[in-house]
Amino acid sequence: MIKIAGLSRTFQGKSGTVDALHNIDLDVGNGEFLAVIGRSGCGKSTLLRIVAGLIPPSRGEVLVAGDPVTRPRRDVAMVFQRPALLPWRSVRENVMLPVEIFRWPRAKHRDHAQRLLEMTGLEGFADRLPHELSGGMQQRVSLCRALIQRPKVLLMDEPFSALDALTREELAVELQRIHIQLGTTVIFVTHSIQEAVLLADRVAVLSARPGRVRELVDIDIPRPRSFGHNAHLEEVAAASAELHQLLLGEHLPETPAAT
Amino acid sequence: MTDKTTDAGPRRLWFNAGLPALGVVLALALWWLVTIAFGIEPFWLPAPSDVVEAFLRLPGHLTEQAGMTLMTTAVGFAIGSIAGAAVAVLFAASSTIERMTMPLIAAINAVPKAALAPLLIVWIGLNTQAKIVMVVLLCFFPVLVSTMAGLTSVPNDLRELSHSLSASWWQTFVKVRITWALPQIFVGLKVASSLAIIGAVIAELTNPDRGLGAVIVSSSQSADTPLAFAALTLLALMGAALFYLVVAMERILVPWTRAISS
Repeated sequence: MIKIAGLSRTFQGKSGTVDALHNIDLDVGNGEFLAVIGRSGCGKSTLLRIVAGLIPPSRGEVLVAGDPVTRPRRDVAMVFQRPALLPWRSVRENVMLPVEIFRWPRAKHRDHAQRLLEMTGLEGFADRLPHELSGGMQQRVSLCRALIQRPKVLLMDEPFSALDALTREELAVELQRIHIQLGTTVIFVTHSIQEAVLLADRVAVLSARPGRVRELVDIDIPRPRSFGHNAHLEEVAAASAELHQLLLGEHLPETPAAT
Repeated sequence: MTDKTTDAGPRRLWFNAGLPALGVVLALALWWLVTIAFGIEPFWLPAPSDVVEAFLRLPGHLTEQAGMTLMTTAVGFAIGSIAGAAVAVLFAASSTIERMTMPLIAAINAVPKAALAPLLIVWIGLNTQAKIVMVVLLCFFPVLVSTMAGLTSVPNDLRELSHSLSASWWQTFVKVRITWALPQIFVGLKVASSLAIIGAVIAELTNPDRGLGAVIVSSSQSADTPLAFAALTLLALMGAALFYLVVAMERILVPWTRAISS
């Protein structure tokens, strides 16, 4: 579904050129959930924005469904770190925003919006304004707004990082359910090992300055997974330990890798 | 929200309406007391009763003059605000135009507008249009500046959202930017509403043929201070009414502002 080939991106900083991403090669299969994990400043958000067509690469290219990405596509939807809702629009009208902008017939998508709100437990809040909702609910609205595009690819940029710990877990579990249900291809940028292990089929670990793919880790744990009691505690622990090791390196004692 | 506003009915009413009213009554009482205690002549400082008396002496005349001032103020305020907002939109659309004309407009704004009043008479004549133009000049700039500030204050995540949806410039403008700017535009409108009255009075003092400004000029020439005070009171009431009209419009049009800014 997504093919990233020889992708590099440099920025002109005040103190010279900064290598944000260096020679990234990645293939994401149809329906795959890829988590991109790395420490702050490793260029993972930049990678996502290039795939989204929001910024151009300096070298290399990104193909989505076989076509090179030069600008944002309608079948690629984005969920940002913050909900980015319009404060004067009701929940339903916020979800319908892409429909309006694409000039799709509203009537045809109203039911879809309603189903998405039901799927995310927001059916009772369709006519509320964003500020009447909790942070977690606002982020659900922004997920619905992305899903109304019926995207082939969903790009998520640390979508849960502004939420409190319990809400994050709740939303991550919900996202897993939605992904199983819809089978959308997802690239999910995060710095939470826990979220990566819960959600991803594969995890791309990025190293910083310049951002490169340090390791691709397969997470072979049957779904649905959960944060709490789990039939696969050992695999979860092993995958988490491996990611810890890759991200924090020498700061941790040697842990046997599981894959 | 403070704890005070969560208190129930009567206390809130007292806090929101009772206390301000009490303040006004006390100030009036103090004014009255001072004029009596020190035996001040109405020529220097009329007591509130003298002012009311002066108004009742010429109610028809004063109301008519007040109506003329109000007309000048309202028309000038409307034209100036719409022009200010329109130019701000133009600047938002074209940075070339903004770069070219912004220094010019800033320079024009730096000229004390009151000093232009005699020139406006030369250019436009001894008529109402000259007065309206003075009001327009005073109202234009605050609305221009606040609208520009509002249009450029759209947060990054909303910009990125409309970019990721490939929204056109016009779609982004209509669906995101202009509504986002509304609270800021209202800041400018509130400033302009007060300046509008000032502009009308400056124009009427310069060419005192009609309006409350003319009443003040003629009453001071005949040493009728109570009448001047009656005109001043009407001006103050008019200014306050215009200001609160804008505030009421803001509450109706942008009810979400107070919710997200608290």
